[in-house]
Amino acid sequence: MTWALDATLCAMILAVALATVLGRGVFRAIVFFVVYGLLLALAWVRLDAVDVALAEAAIGAGLTGVLFLAAFGRLARSGADAEPPPGRVNIAAALASAALTGALVWAWVALPLPGRPGPELAEALPRAGVENPVTAVLLNFRAWDTLLESVVLLAALVGLWMLARDEAWTEPLGLPQHVRPGGVMASFGRILPPVGVLVGAYVVYVGADRPGGAFQGGTVLAAVGIVAALAGLVRPPRVTRRAWRAALVAGPAVFLAAGLGGAALGAGFLTLPERIAGSAIFAIEIALALSIAVTLAFLVIGPPETGLEDQ
Amino acid sequence: MTALVALLALPLAGALAAVVLPHGAVRGMVPALSVAMLAATAVLVAGLSAQAPTRLKLGQWPPPVGIVLEVDGLAAALIAMTALVMTAAALAALRSEQPAAAGARAAFGFWPLMLLLWAALNAVFVSRDLFNLYVGLELLSLASVGLVAIGGKPEALAAAMRYMLFALVGSLLYLAGVVLVYAAHGTLDIGLLADRTPAKPDALALALMTAGLMAKTALFPFHVWLPPAHGSAPAPASAMLSALVPKASFVILLRLWFEAMPDRAQDGALVLLAVLGTAAVIWGSLRALLQTRLKLVVAYSTVAQIGYLFLVFPLAGGGSAEMPWSAGAWTGVLFLALAHGLAKAAMFLAVGQWMAVTGSDRLDAMRGLATAMPMTSFAFALAAVTLVGLPPSGGFTGKYLLMTSAFAAGQWMWALVLAGGGLLAAAYLYRPLAILFARADAPGPATLPTRGMQAIPLCLAGAAIALGIASETPFELLSIGRPAAAEDGS
Repeated sequence: MTWALDATLCAMILAVALATVLGRGVFRAIVFFVVYGLLLALAWVRLDAVDVALAEAAIGAGLTGVLFLAAFGRLARSGADAEPPPGRVNIAAALASAALTGALVWAWVALPLPGRPGPELAEALPRAGVENPVTAVLLNFRAWDTLLESVVLLAALVGLWMLARDEAWTEPLGLPQHVRPGGVMASFGRILPPVGVLVGAYVVYVGADRPGGAFQGGTVLAAVGIVAALAGLVRPPRVTRRAWRAALVAGPAVFLAAGLGGAALGAGFLTLPERIAGSAIFAIEIALALSIAVTLAFLVIGPPETGLEDQ
Repeated sequence: MTALVALLALPLAGALAAVVLPHGAVRGMVPALSVAMLAATAVLVAGLSAQAPTRLKLGQWPPPVGIVLEVDGLAAALIAMTALVMTAAALAALRSEQPAAAGARAAFGFWPLMLLLWAALNAVFVSRDLFNLYVGLELLSLASVGLVAIGGKPEALAAAMRYMLFALVGSLLYLAGVVLVYAAHGTLDIGLLADRTPAKPDALALALMTAGLMAKTALFPFHVWLPPAHGSAPAPASAMLSALVPKASFVILLRLWFEAMPDRAQDGALVLLAVLGTAAVIWGSLRALLQTRLKLVVAYSTVAQIGYLFLVFPLAGGGSAEMPWSAGAWTGVLFLALAHGLAKAAMFLAVGQWMAVTGSDRLDAMRGLATAMPMTSFAFALAAVTLVGLPPSGGFTGKYLLMTSAFAAGQWMWALVLAGGGLLAAAYLYRPLAILFARADAPGPATLPTRGMQAIPLCLAGAAIALGIASETPFELLSIGRPAAAEDGS
């Protein structure tokens, strides 16, 4: 029975992926891409990787889908949405992708079945301060990766802001949204945020022991902000607002301070002494979730704009 | 150890502060931070003992659970070069990237992106973990793309977009290789991988990672993103991007081919890398000859100079690894990398000053500028001496070591590439120099940069020359922790 379920899931993933690449029309490709992300998330659940599934559903399907739809709408407004002629396939790209896929399939066959992680991890886990092994890896064993990743988000946002026009720099982020009063978006925008805040906070909170954590919870909180902005309930802030900029850097700053604190105490850079590791990780996760939520929301909302173009 | 932590944490903290603090405070912070970074670099280099590289186990977790950082001679030398170039670029940008000159947007964005770039470079140079290197590369690429986009003009945005597509494809290919390595060996640590039991997909993993890193290093034929990107960024950003960024992915290539998987270094693959390097030298130089904008001449020169670096693979890897000439090839290529970094940053900063007074980087707009700005022009000429490979520059030392190694190895064709590339560089750098030193038709520009500003590129170009004159100290530094694959065979 499970075998049949997995086979169906694999077939659907492949079919939806093909439909995304080969189907006609950008809008249809976006819809298929979102479905593809959700199916992938299901596959991760089947592989017992619930943390990855949460991230895939939230970022791969959710936020990326919103970004694509926003880009599609913008292309349509600027009249640059001409579809490529049907039936044309980029031969070079197709060959390169096919070769890469073939090589990876060969490697998958040649590789031994993956075993459990080595005994080193099992020995280290009890000293990590948290029970969820994913959180232990992300915030303790490989904290340097995660610290740099959180800064990668910041680099992406600052880079995105560099796309703004100079005369729009002091305007609020993104285009102003106009929503029909009493319409679907308006009521959706009122119902979803309270639920989303609750879910997001919970996902961050349980991250220490169960699937969840700063990245997954932060994404849910970001989605709340985006929905509220799309529904016109809140006006996104200006780049020049210093409190919002502080929210962007709070997570990496707390993380870096914790790492340097370890060095100052003589334990070593990014070393969390076993006694306080649990509470330190919790504090870092909360700060990180705040920064990730604000950064992701700003990334989707876009750089500051005058809003004159769409008149 | 403290110096290493400072070199990683200071630019990160500085970048976070640059996002929050008002512009005036950021301008005050940058020089202080640069001085602190230079001091930490000096402590790091001085503390590097001749035998053992400095190792740091992050979080006290030994691999394969945790990440290990290690400072060998290669990492220390590149950290030092980075500190010099970054400090010079920051001082130049304090003038050019202020709100009155460049707009509030560029004045805000330059500093966090520059400091994140600095942090990413240092993180990549010292990392011993393949996935950590991937994260470092991502930070590096995103900060670089942002710095190109700062230009703001449509062509700068198009160049940034193309750069990002190449960088992302490179990242994905590299990551695919890392996944295969982890699936086969259960570790990402370079030291543990060196002692692994070889598995079947190792060659495929190495090929994927190499292809990705070639795209990021802008090796021919993956160089097409580099000239427009480096040509349309603000001059201090171009200096950092051209001098430093390709070196980071090149260092990862060295780590892979000489430290993690030297057993997989097939002679055919090593020669292929050097052939692509040769093509880069020829193609980059020819394109540089044809440009009419000085920034593009300098950018195409980077395409050519990157080509030389790939001669290290057949001369120090594979069957050559055990041979007495491999150490010379290894050290020679690193000399070239350091000299190119210093000289190229000097050139871009000089071009930036000329653009500030003439309002253009067209070659014919530069006529006679040497009379008005002798120091900047002298810096450009000195940097050209290094890029051509004339004594007594660091470029000469590097080429000399490589040539000796090529003849000793009986692989004389690489020596031809070095000599021919030098002649081509002389040809494409002669044009701007002749125009600069020609008699001016019109009176010189009214406002000139101060002597202090003009001294910045001169210091960098002078450092590239000093690398050749006082070559013994960097030579000894580079031999610390040299991989077994490039050790003296005697």
